Amino acid sequence: MKSAVIVFPGSNREGDVLRALKSAGSQAEKVWHAETELPKGTDLVVLPGGFSYGDYLRCGAIAGRATVMDAVRAHAARGGLVLGICNGFQILCESGLLPGILMRNANLKFICHRQFLRVERNDTAFTRNYAKGQAIDVCVAHGEGNYTADEETLKRLEGDGLVAFRYADAQGHITQDANRNGSMNSIAGIYSDKLNVLGMMPHPENLIEDLVGGTDGRGLFESLVSSFPRAA
Amino acid sequence: MIRNDVAITPELVKEHGLKPDEYERFVTLIGREPTITELGIVSAMWNEHCSYKSSRIHLRGLPTKAPWVIQGPGENAGVIDIGDGLACIFKMESHNHPSFIEPYQGAATGVGGILRDVFTMGARPIAALNFLRFGEPDHPKTPHLVSGVVAGIGGYGNSFGVPTVGGSVGFDKRYNGNILVNAMAVGLARTDEIFYAKATGVGNPIVYLGSKTGRDGIHGATMASAEFDDASEEKRPTVQVGDPFAEKLLLEACLELMKSGAVIAIQDMGAAGLTSSAVEMGAKGNLGIELDLDKVPCREEGMTAYEMMLSESQERMLMVLKPGMEKEAQAIFHKWGLDFAVIGKTTDTLRFVIKHQGEVKADLPIKELGDEAPLYDRPWVESPKQPVITPDSVKAPMSEAEALLKLVGSPDQCSKRWVWEQYDHLILGNTVQTPGGDAAIVRVEDGPKGLALTTDVTPRYCEADPFEGGKQAVAEAWRNITAVGGLPLAITDNLNFASPERPESMGQFVGCVKGIGEACKALDFPVVSGNVSLYNETNGQGILPTPAIGGVGLLDDVTVNASLAFRREGEAIILIGATHGWLGQSIYLRDVCGREDGAPPPVDLAQEKRNGDFVRQLIRSGQVKTVHDLSDGGIALGLAEMAMAGGVGAEITAYPENLPLHAFLFGEDQARYLTAVDEDVAADILYEAGAVGIPAVTLGLTGGDALILPGQQAISVKQLKAAHEAWLPNYMTGKA
Repeated sequence: MKSAVIVFPGSNREGDVLRALKSAGSQAEKVWHAETELPKGTDLVVLPGGFSYGDYLRCGAIAGRATVMDAVRAHAARGGLVLGICNGFQILCESGLLPGILMRNANLKFICHRQFLRVERNDTAFTRNYAKGQAIDVCVAHGEGNYTADEETLKRLEGDGLVAFRYADAQGHITQDANRNGSMNSIAGIYSDKLNVLGMMPHPENLIEDLVGGTDGRGLFESLVSSFPRAA
Repeated sequence: MIRNDVAITPELVKEHGLKPDEYERFVTLIGREPTITELGIVSAMWNEHCSYKSSRIHLRGLPTKAPWVIQGPGENAGVIDIGDGLACIFKMESHNHPSFIEPYQGAATGVGGILRDVFTMGARPIAALNFLRFGEPDHPKTPHLVSGVVAGIGGYGNSFGVPTVGGSVGFDKRYNGNILVNAMAVGLARTDEIFYAKATGVGNPIVYLGSKTGRDGIHGATMASAEFDDASEEKRPTVQVGDPFAEKLLLEACLELMKSGAVIAIQDMGAAGLTSSAVEMGAKGNLGIELDLDKVPCREEGMTAYEMMLSESQERMLMVLKPGMEKEAQAIFHKWGLDFAVIGKTTDTLRFVIKHQGEVKADLPIKELGDEAPLYDRPWVESPKQPVITPDSVKAPMSEAEALLKLVGSPDQCSKRWVWEQYDHLILGNTVQTPGGDAAIVRVEDGPKGLALTTDVTPRYCEADPFEGGKQAVAEAWRNITAVGGLPLAITDNLNFASPERPESMGQFVGCVKGIGEACKALDFPVVSGNVSLYNETNGQGILPTPAIGGVGLLDDVTVNASLAFRREGEAIILIGATHGWLGQSIYLRDVCGREDGAPPPVDLAQEKRNGDFVRQLIRSGQVKTVHDLSDGGIALGLAEMAMAGGVGAEITAYPENLPLHAFLFGEDQARYLTAVDEDVAADILYEAGAVGIPAVTLGLTGGDALILPGQQAISVKQLKAAHEAWLPNYMTGKA
């Protein structure tokens, strides 16, 4: 599998996600935000965490309109896989690839902590190595992760099974305490209609080794790699 | 002949923070009345913050060398060799006054400044830490300052992309009018790719990089060198505004430019901005510097030479480039969207010449600006010795269990989770030990090495006995690193004191520095960088003497480490080090008995080293995975922290007959560690310790869901945690 990690000037978790992709067996390279095309043969595009252009305006608002995003939109339209993590999720919402928006956290503060997520479905390219309903331990690090959408959008996301992950406790129960940023329906990540675009606030890429806390995040990258059985 | 439009009056001299004799010294040096620009330049160079005029003669006594030290104090940051061709570059610096006036931006730019110091030398920052002291919780300004400072540190570091992995937070009324915000940054570079400030070659281009120059921060360093009074809030315009995004761009652009081979010398524009960076580069290289201010990228129109030379606008760098490489350098900076301008050249005149709009605005001898800065041997008096408080003389006002519950939920001892959850401590994926332990551990690149990092000092000890307090600060940082399995290598010190012009506070400074030096020598733990922050007082009320120590240690194999959490039931709890029940200046005496008196615990550095080396060996040999060093609150608080971290209780059954129980449990004797191990390993450890004369005893066993102190009602771990975690969030939401 071949991954392209888009680097905006203020991206700062591109190294973390490159490490996770490579350790799961993907080829991975960085692509500068001013590029107009993706490398030939790109299977997966990753929009990593960070502060794309400083994010002094609405997070991801400028990045959503960056040159490279036309190529990303075209890739998604062809059915190509796109993963946006944290700032990447914000950018996907701003670029029109995913519905809704990420507001300031309910407590109005940046929060960084370990967090369990419930895997809502395991029949997608991103989650096939997890069990449905499994509680996975990942990291959270954001100031604006409070997922918000209008009633109709929310109904559609729920009705069509497009919620990817929800904030949960260690047993996989959805509780108010586990939903620290105040997201609607405890939503931590969502899919596009065709399930080829995933945006999520938490960082699976920071939990891929026992030495730094655990390996639950590996499953997502291994799922992706195993979706491309023939690739190097 | 230089034109002089502004008459230099005594009032003007005073406004620039210069004493009349200092001004006279300057006039004698240049042989004429200075221009206003020159007065500004000398005020920036000769203030306490930049010149170390009160502290220099005392700092000379500090040990700064060791075989692994590549660069000691005097550069942007200290550099140590950690093997495999890698160097660790680190420093701590204060931003106390700006943070008191404008907490968010003050703290944010404190972080920005220290990150810049580290990457100026060619290092990529891999970790940040901090040391914070606020006024008493009941003071009306305290919650606002805590909230702003913590958000500012997070706001800058999180966006820049460095994990903030450790720190210290405390409260005391002595910081009511003058909080402490000390930020530390740690970076990595190849040992053969380290960059310095020393300019070389005549006629080489001097290049300005980064953000544009505005009118912010003018006289920031002068403000940092004066006491506060009630009108200090009016100084808000002297606080700079940080832009972490610009800093991130500057980091990437600088590292890329350094790789290109174009950089001869580099200096960040920190305190006193363009003035201090240019003078430093020239003076270090025995060269003159000529600047043409018409070329400086400005954010605002109509800036004068005076304003440009004194601006402390953030995220700026000055470089001397190899001639002919300007184009290449410019392309790199423009790629990152940053300003790039050739603003001057090196000369062989040893003069610092500033031109603006076709006129010479300043023409000063460059070496003398630094070398001839005033140097003071200020009068000082030794702090009076406090009487030793014997264990038997302190009566327990409540049961030991009650006292412990009170302490775990007290402002200084409670969990600081509310703080560090606002810092991204997990980015880069190398944080092996997160905040809340004895020292943080970060993996070096892909391993196998790791760095152990800590910040520490016990200000109440320093006040009661500056010499012992200075020793203790270093010893505790050394112990923190040892307790996670690291070999302590070097420190950075951030010496926060009150006015040096009062002999009592100058005496505290002198005593603490002596103590620091003594401990550094005994523990092979040299000082490689640091910062002196004096005049920390408001309306004549000084802060507690607070020499914060930032320590760095090395783990050869980062997977072989220890943490404080009890791992499982049925392990033997061993206390290593001697216990005499020292209650003088203890947290127990202060927070349980309401007394702040007595001599602090003495630090026996030979014992410290012997006990610590023994514990480190146990960790490195793989015998021990659970270690906690003892400090505030002694054995009892240590046990509670281990139980809370692991979610496993313990029962303490052994205690000495000859000490009151509260003195045994809460005394703060130094050089001690707790560990928990399998019972058969315990026997080996006790034997090994006995063989080399190290005191070691078994106190009891881990197990159950409660902590049971001898003869005391059990306290459930849940109850301990509830008290420990509750105070700070409740306080910050107005419930405490």
